[in-house]
Amino acid sequence: MSDMNTAMVEKYRNDFLKEVVANVEEGHWVKMCMQCGVCSGSCPLGPHWAHPPQEIFMMIRAGKRDEVLSSDSMWMCTSCYNCIVRCPRELPITHIMHGLATYAKRLGLAPRNQPTSQFSEIFWNNMMKRGRVNELKLGLSLYFKDGFGQGVKNALANQKLGMNMMKAKRMSPAEFFGGHGVEDTSGLQKMIKKAEEIELARLNANK
Amino acid sequence: MSDEKKFAAFTCTGCGIGDRLDVKQLEMTATRDGKMPSCQTHEMLCSKEGVAMIQNAIDNDGVNHIMIAACSRRAKIEAFHFPTVAMSRANLREGVIWARPEGDEHQETTQEMADDYIRMACAEVRFMEVSQPSGEQGCVENILIVGGGVSGMTAALEAAAAGFHCHIVEKEGQLGGWAARWHKRIPFRAAPEGTPNTLTAYLPEPVDNDVADLIAQVEANDKITVHLNARVTRTSGAPGRFSADITTESGQLVTENYGAIVQASGWKPFDIDSLPKYGHQHPDVITNVELEQMAREAGDGPIKRPSDGKEVKSVAFVQNAGQASDKEGYLPYHSGIGDLVSIKQALYFKAQNGDDCDTTILYNNLRTPGAAGEDFYRSGQQKMVTFTKGEVNEVANGGNGATVRFKDKILDEDVELPVDLVVLDIGMVPNAGPDPYAANESLEGMSDEDREEAKEKMASETAVTVESILNLDYRQGTDLPQLKWGFTDSHFICFPYETRRTGIYACGPVRRPMDIRQAQDDATGAAMKAIQAAVHATHGEAVHPRVGDLSYPRFRKEGCTQCKRCTVECPFGAINEDEQRYPQFNESRCRRCGTCMGACPVRVISFANYSIDTVGQQLKNVDIPDEFEEKPRILVLACENDAYPALDQAAMSGQEISPWARVIPVRCLGSVSLSWINDSMNSGYDGVIMMGCKRGDDYQCHFVRGSTMAAERMRKVGDTLQTLNLEPDRVAVHEVAITDIERAPRLIREMEEVIERVGLSPFKF
Repeated sequence: MSDMNTAMVEKYRNDFLKEVVANVEEGHWVKMCMQCGVCSGSCPLGPHWAHPPQEIFMMIRAGKRDEVLSSDSMWMCTSCYNCIVRCPRELPITHIMHGLATYAKRLGLAPRNQPTSQFSEIFWNNMMKRGRVNELKLGLSLYFKDGFGQGVKNALANQKLGMNMMKAKRMSPAEFFGGHGVEDTSGLQKMIKKAEEIELARLNANK
Repeated sequence: MSDEKKFAAFTCTGCGIGDRLDVKQLEMTATRDGKMPSCQTHEMLCSKEGVAMIQNAIDNDGVNHIMIAACSRRAKIEAFHFPTVAMSRANLREGVIWARPEGDEHQETTQEMADDYIRMACAEVRFMEVSQPSGEQGCVENILIVGGGVSGMTAALEAAAAGFHCHIVEKEGQLGGWAARWHKRIPFRAAPEGTPNTLTAYLPEPVDNDVADLIAQVEANDKITVHLNARVTRTSGAPGRFSADITTESGQLVTENYGAIVQASGWKPFDIDSLPKYGHQHPDVITNVELEQMAREAGDGPIKRPSDGKEVKSVAFVQNAGQASDKEGYLPYHSGIGDLVSIKQALYFKAQNGDDCDTTILYNNLRTPGAAGEDFYRSGQQKMVTFTKGEVNEVANGGNGATVRFKDKILDEDVELPVDLVVLDIGMVPNAGPDPYAANESLEGMSDEDREEAKEKMASETAVTVESILNLDYRQGTDLPQLKWGFTDSHFICFPYETRRTGIYACGPVRRPMDIRQAQDDATGAAMKAIQAAVHATHGEAVHPRVGDLSYPRFRKEGCTQCKRCTVECPFGAINEDEQRYPQFNESRCRRCGTCMGACPVRVISFANYSIDTVGQQLKNVDIPDEFEEKPRILVLACENDAYPALDQAAMSGQEISPWARVIPVRCLGSVSLSWINDSMNSGYDGVIMMGCKRGDDYQCHFVRGSTMAAERMRKVGDTLQTLNLEPDRVAVHEVAITDIERAPRLIREMEEVIERVGLSPFKF
């Protein structure tokens, strides 16, 4: 991973914008930002971003590679799409944020122990097992992600919620043993694997 | 036409006038008090039959003075258009029945109002004369165009296409001005409608310079004569009969007559050397004007940096260099098009030096006016021009190349940007002659002695003299008056092409900073106005704003004291002095505002249809009830362009106007004579309100200085009132806009309150 990072630094030197254009999903739109700030003003989580989208775009143009890729800002995006709807230049801002996050993760620069990042990973691994999300296991993995003691505390704190969900048949304890999935799990896994290979080949070609 | 005045009055009973008012009494007022020999009534005077009735009286009974009592003089002007006679109109509709509520309790005062307006209109027409053109001007289908750049050439081509001859006077050895030197020009058109918002869609790009085509068209046009290396060394006369001396560098002199003049004297680049922080002294720091030449010389090849001839691989554009700041030595305004220019020039580098040439535009507020504007900005972004919002603190020498130190305003940090080349976006300075009033304005408010002293001091101190462009032999100065910062004065919204010298139209960047496209539109407008001025002058008609008015100022020579006030106060420099030092009115330079009439202390200046008497007699013919009746009278002198229509509108929208008010429209508050105020106070009016237009830099006055002049003169009214032992509150001057529909009637109500407080005038007899 850091291999790729070194390669990318080598290739684009100080032109981070070109690196983003070439490697980040929808990254070629970054140059079209006109710095009006409507995205930052529209974001429901705006105050919690270290660098709101408008600033991220400006930082990319100013070549602030490390600051952008190691930032936790993109990870704050909840995909509400308010910014996309409002952007006067029609930039796919939400997609760019996810693209930047993915790219940073791939290069190994994404912040560690960032909750959204952790959740995304847990969610992905959970789903890839059987092609469907196992909600019981997803919940448990989240509870216990910071250790056993903390996990028990979390579980007790949410005991009532869990019981109610089971009563309402929104969650089944039987899911603990295997749980439901898609018909052809291995087929799905193969497909995703292939897609990952293609994506990686594309990135490697850009090195 | 015989000199004998023959009168006739006409009353309309339509629009509810007949229902609300006692028409028999109105007729009696017109014939008995108004001394009209006859008064005919029609149920719809503006109808074909009604108009025919009036026309019949004019054609068959020899009537040459008519009084029409119907709607406002601002309404039905097409129907009541009788140019061969003198006409006054009593405003019974907007002025009376629409402004007053119905009901028996109001009937008496409403009828009184209507009777007064009839008396006033009759008095007015009795003192009017039929306007006739002076016949001073012939028809000269020839336009003088000063300046041979894009504006001047466009004006010439447009005027020639309309059948007029033109003379272009260009001070340099070739046509084309600055624009001919540009490598490429800013695109005029936006992306086609329906262009998708994708990163590969075609967006406007810099366009090949086409000024050479324009030059070729001018040279091929047999209606256009070009004088190169030439200047206008003298201009005299008036619209329809201008005479100008054109002198070439070699001393050759041509004198020609012109119907009108277009001044397209253009602009010059701001001298950025006076601000060393922008580093223009360093070899690799150039202005946007200099870059054009470099790009042009490079052809389609790469642009090289001046210091060592290395191909430029990184360039920074510093926007607003020396502009839009009130700091000493900066241009106080923003030239508006500099951002478009920099986008264009950044694209030169992308096209000629390759996609990998880094181009950064350091802007503060990015402005891209014009049809292509936003799309051109996107075009730059699409091609990877970097736009950075920042404030440049310094441009430092880098030996080869330069370093821009700026504050990034989005990321809030100080940045150093080393580049091969720095391009400074410098401002456009108008090429205007000396402002005739520059000295006067700085002297405003001084005593006469101090003023003389300051004038002498100023004359000795100002070593740098600006060369005159027009060399007018007008008493008020050699060139077009300026609003500020050297740009010629005009009203940007209401009448952009007019200058303060009738028949002389400014266009292009001498009026405000603009690009080729805007200058072409501007020049077309100015050419049309010039033709209009020349043709109207031939008929002795005013052009603007009293279009078609045949009256012009005349004076009673034996009464004139040669005080010169009219020649100084005319906002349009229309009045010169003749050899005997009497005023010489040059009527086709005149806008017919009457500011001279209001200025004249001995009241000798008048127009055929507007004079001290036409207004003075109106106010004297109002019936003033004695004080026991407790019916005050408020005289309202309202500007016919704004305040009067505002009052009409108020009535139309159902607002009440005080039954004590008697409104007289005046051409401009500048035409108000102090004698009217005096007379009204002596005749027992309880209050006087003057409603004029906004004055100052953002004036709304159609005659530019009229309302300012009025405000100055009215300061002295206080003294007059004191000598009469009257309260100064009885006279009020207000700025009223045409939109002040609710405010205008309120101002009259406020005067009612004042009268209630201070009591009725003791001068009622």
